[in-house]
Amino acid sequence: MTALVEAPATPEPPAARPPARRRGRSTVLTVSLLAALLLLSLLSAGIGAYEIPLGDVLASVQHRTGLGGHALDRTAESVLWNIRLPRVVLAVLVGASLGCAGALMQGVFGNPLAEPGVIGISAGAAVGAVGAIALGLTFLGNWTVTVCAFVAGLATVLLVYAMSRSGGRTEVVTLILTGIAVNAFAGALIGLFLFFADNAQITQITFWQLGSLAQATWPKVLAVLPCALLGLAVAPFHSRRLDLLALGERPARHLGVDVERLRIALVLVVALLTAAAVAVAGIITFVGLLVPHLLRMANGPGHRFLVPGSALGGAVVLAAGDLAARTVAAPAELPLGVLTALLGSPFFFWLLRRTRRRQGGWA
Amino acid sequence: MTSMGSARWKALLPGRRTRALPSPAARGELVAEAVGLRVALGGQAVLDGVGIGVRAGEVLALVGPNGAGKSTLLAALAADLAPGAGEVRIGGRPAGGWTAGELALRRAVLPQAAALTFPFPVAEVVRMGRAPWAGTEREDEDEAAVALAMAATEVEAFAGRPFSALSGGERARVALARVLAQRTGLLLLDEPTAALDLRHQELVLRVCRERAAAGDAVVVVLHDLGLAAAHADRVAVLHGGRIEAAGAPSEVLDAEVLSRVYRQPVEVFPHPRTGVPLVVPVRSGPHRDPASPHLHDPDNSASLTGP
Repeated sequence: MTALVEAPATPEPPAARPPARRRGRSTVLTVSLLAALLLLSLLSAGIGAYEIPLGDVLASVQHRTGLGGHALDRTAESVLWNIRLPRVVLAVLVGASLGCAGALMQGVFGNPLAEPGVIGISAGAAVGAVGAIALGLTFLGNWTVTVCAFVAGLATVLLVYAMSRSGGRTEVVTLILTGIAVNAFAGALIGLFLFFADNAQITQITFWQLGSLAQATWPKVLAVLPCALLGLAVAPFHSRRLDLLALGERPARHLGVDVERLRIALVLVVALLTAAAVAVAGIITFVGLLVPHLLRMANGPGHRFLVPGSALGGAVVLAAGDLAARTVAAPAELPLGVLTALLGSPFFFWLLRRTRRRQGGWA
Repeated sequence: MTSMGSARWKALLPGRRTRALPSPAARGELVAEAVGLRVALGGQAVLDGVGIGVRAGEVLALVGPNGAGKSTLLAALAADLAPGAGEVRIGGRPAGGWTAGELALRRAVLPQAAALTFPFPVAEVVRMGRAPWAGTEREDEDEAAVALAMAATEVEAFAGRPFSALSGGERARVALARVLAQRTGLLLLDEPTAALDLRHQELVLRVCRERAAAGDAVVVVLHDLGLAAAHADRVAVLHGGRIEAAGAPSEVLDAEVLSRVYRQPVEVFPHPRTGVPLVVPVRSGPHRDPASPHLHDPDNSASLTGP
């Protein structure tokens, strides 16, 4: 290596500068996303048919956490703690799960279009959840629907993964076509369950399928909390290896990544996160696609920021989405899944056009 | 990206497997070898009974016609393939006896085509070559290794540009910079000059020479026999999954052998100034003169084609 010093010596390594600037930008983005999330959560907790002023929300939260403040009157206290806050927490959990799952999937599949909704993982998890509701399963109590969604989601990820890969990479066309097939099959299974369900179950399933957080309760939060937290906690530890995987499987292995183990671990994490989101909120598409793409444009593709950043961004998007769904057509409520699809589909379309213009499309 | 401070913190984390760092090989020591190697892909034997050793401090060029098994041999030496028979040893141990992380400290591989799924900037791509050393004491070399590798391959000018915005030749040099930054004792380069212009072809081979002079072993797949003759210590000619000839360029680059192996008559003659063998296909010359002996003299071409 000493001989290499003969090459024109640079006083300051040029390599050191861009990452430093990028790290600064990561910090700014993280702080602003956190601030936005906090603000949206407080607004969400206060706004609704029964208005609770921001000061009162803060006071009540302080009171309950033993940091001073004061209790509100009984109605306000009940609305805030039994209706609004579980819903806010659920929106944050579901959004974080979807955003993070999207970023992970795109990394594992080496494909910017991979998203639980687009390639059918959400639909697969939905089959498990609908099946649990329609057959009236309760063998695991509160967690039944989540566990069924997880098992079905995991089976779907593995199926899509096995079917769409050849020669160590996933072609976009194969992946999307696999997604179409999986979505169609899952739709048929859900239809079958609906066919055999009674009227009450059909209503429950239909509302759930549209994607909604309307029935948020603390038990529901508890039902998905373990899945979501486990997935969100494990995901960032794989960021560095995901970066290397962008070079391709062989080069990643040459750099010391145990590719098989990484893939299996991440597929499990994706299934966990998707199941957590689908079990409580039905199918909410495009969050996992939109958030990582925006963050990549803002701060580059490095997964050390992208994975936790997408979780944070997903939480912000769903918190905002749910607030909008509740308030735009008040007193009626738009299904959240419908709202995200309404906004997400044009974005997807724009993404296709942009990629096509820049690099001649995804071959 | 990881500062020295965080390296120390990482070393304190529980469960972080400590890997044995490789000790530098003495000049001439066997770094990697293939013994009786047989590899079949899709039911067809691509390598059959190949034996070759790579020593510290030498540049070994693998040459041969398309489909001769050069890339397969390189992949086998990189421990990418499980041989059907025979053995690959790296650092004195069977290749299968190392974990992926341990191998990454011992050999770096430049693939034939450099691809990237996401548009990482060039500097970060080169820095990926330092990933195997994360959490070891040699992590402190990161900055220097990246800067030197980028200088050696002349990619500093586009350090901040996304990899996807580069031309084919620029990408190839960035990929090489990543491999150099890995600072392993064994370098396996699959056609590093394929996409490069004249200047950068020479530059890459000079870098190979410098690495060998510093005590590393370099194996490089080449198509240009002139480059192999000028820069390699040893040349191995592969043909139909076997090693047809191996040795110093002046011994191995023989008109008869090359004409037969490539099924193309070639002439080999020493460079008038340096004496390095020049390999040139037999051509009819620039003047399309009907009197030219090469065009119409069947005896001439027959004698070159050999038995």
